[in-house]
Amino acid sequence: MKTPVSSISTTAQESLRDSIAREKKQDRRAGALSASVTFGWRALLKIKHVPEQLFDVTAFPIIFLLMFTYLFGGAIAGSTGDYLQFLLPGILVMTVTMITMYTGMDLNKDIVKGVFDRFRTLPIWRPALLVGALAVDMVRYSMAAFIMISLGLLLGFRPEGGTVGVLAAVALLLVFSFSFSWIWTALGIMMRSEKSLMMISMMFLFPLTFVSNVFVDPATLPSWLHGFVEWNPISLLVTAIRGLMHGSASIEDIGWVLLVSMLLTAVFAPLTMYLFRHKR
Amino acid sequence: MKRQEVNSPIAIEAKGLVKRFGTNAAVDGVDLSIPKGSVYGFLGPNGAGKTTTIRILATLLEPSSGSASILGLDLKRDAHHIRGKISLTGQFASVDEDLTGLENLVMVARLLGFSWKEAKKRAMELLTAFGLKEAARQQVKNYSGGMRRRLDVAASIVVAPEILFLDEPTTGLDPRSRNQVWDIIRTLAESGTTVLLTTQYLDEADQLAERIAVIDEGKIIAEGTSRELKASVGAGALSIQFSDEGSRIKGERLIKQRLPAVLQSQPDAASLTVRTSHANEGITVLDILAQAGIEVIDFSFGNPTLDEVFLALTGEAAGDKNKKEGIK
Repeated sequence: MKTPVSSISTTAQESLRDSIAREKKQDRRAGALSASVTFGWRALLKIKHVPEQLFDVTAFPIIFLLMFTYLFGGAIAGSTGDYLQFLLPGILVMTVTMITMYTGMDLNKDIVKGVFDRFRTLPIWRPALLVGALAVDMVRYSMAAFIMISLGLLLGFRPEGGTVGVLAAVALLLVFSFSFSWIWTALGIMMRSEKSLMMISMMFLFPLTFVSNVFVDPATLPSWLHGFVEWNPISLLVTAIRGLMHGSASIEDIGWVLLVSMLLTAVFAPLTMYLFRHKR
Repeated sequence: MKRQEVNSPIAIEAKGLVKRFGTNAAVDGVDLSIPKGSVYGFLGPNGAGKTTTIRILATLLEPSSGSASILGLDLKRDAHHIRGKISLTGQFASVDEDLTGLENLVMVARLLGFSWKEAKKRAMELLTAFGLKEAARQQVKNYSGGMRRRLDVAASIVVAPEILFLDEPTTGLDPRSRNQVWDIIRTLAESGTTVLLTTQYLDEADQLAERIAVIDEGKIIAEGTSRELKASVGAGALSIQFSDEGSRIKGERLIKQRLPAVLQSQPDAASLTVRTSHANEGITVLDILAQAGIEVIDFSFGNPTLDEVFLALTGEAAGDKNKKEGIK
């Protein structure tokens, strides 16, 4: 080793040496829960430092609700008031499923920027990164739901299912969103850039949300489209949420959503973790 | 001292590591044996396979074939255990740009099992030691390249690892920041951390590493101390500036008659580069010119550059290779 021609002061070097010596070579690591909480904390810090990112859960829902209520209300249901009763649960589902893709985008950003490599070389429970982020996303989805329902109530939305029905609907929406997010996390690891991920998500999300029962009663659709709309998972979810909010949901409606959620999680969570481990 | 350290003096051992991406082998049969407590340098141009090798050794990539053990632990079977003993500072800062420096270090400390209070204390301690105390509460996106790199290294030693992987730690840094990073690496090595670093600069490998492996097209084409490597290329090059082209031609003829040295002409017709196998040869050359009464306006004796090491080892200049393959 060459004699160091030091550019940092001797005291700095000493403090450096001390600080190295102080924490040495222990197989220290956080538990799964503690690691998840830390990643959740990180997600909250990101909201604090980049508050613009809350646009998607604040401005988005307001714009969507107003736009579609007044655009389609008269034409589809005869009056905006009647249409709102039908539309709000659907548009709520559409908005929240749309913003689930941000989980994948954040992950993709971590990979592109390089911080993902640091996490992967830490001796931690690896799903913690996603679990922490998804937990904070649940808060974001709840915010979007709260804003949308409050605005809806102001505009004249009257859920017959009452408070309990609305809360149950939001809970079911969160369950579905959690499982749906795993699709984006898997894609987020696979895609090379945020842009390509965005394109793929849009290609997938637009038909899924529009060709459903969010805006119109599927009875008015041509029969060949009917089958798709009926089994579109978004339609299943909208049916259950609409039912819960208006007090007419059947066990079957809810059961389908839970089944779809389970399937999505069972397929895409392990796939995400596989890709996570084998990322180049 | 931990048990394993006593057992095995070898930090990193690899046999026949291969990593293929499609049909292209980014790493093509790398063997390594790196002793503990040393600084080991991977030297090579862009696209030579340095980063891929380091990512395999840091458990980020699985090799297509071959095996490696880190501190006596098998890379495939004990990856999780290995992660408890290593740290990686990637080529592009492995820190979160949206967070502040303090938050970044607290996050890493938390993930390593510190309590919130301990984590904050440790983070402040490191920020102070790395000269980042003033910037502790600024978002990393506002840091300079050097600050970012120091934070990155700090994050790697929240718990001092047994092995630290540094991928091009000073690429893109100004000389002052580069020296700071060098000092940090030296201090780490003195404290007993094994450092494996990649670099494109012979100078950097020379300054820091006890042993250097030269990598080209996924293969180690030379390995040894920097002195050994330079010796294999020749001691260096003597550049001579003559008063005019005529003197250069006369001088060149004389040197050729008397010495087996390799001569390189320069774009400037009045100058000449003599590649020497030994520094004494340089003196002889100047002596020949002086005795013949040929005026030498200026001369300099330089160490071989990475380009020259490459030229000697592969018959192709490293710079040309970069141009050919494009910067990755």
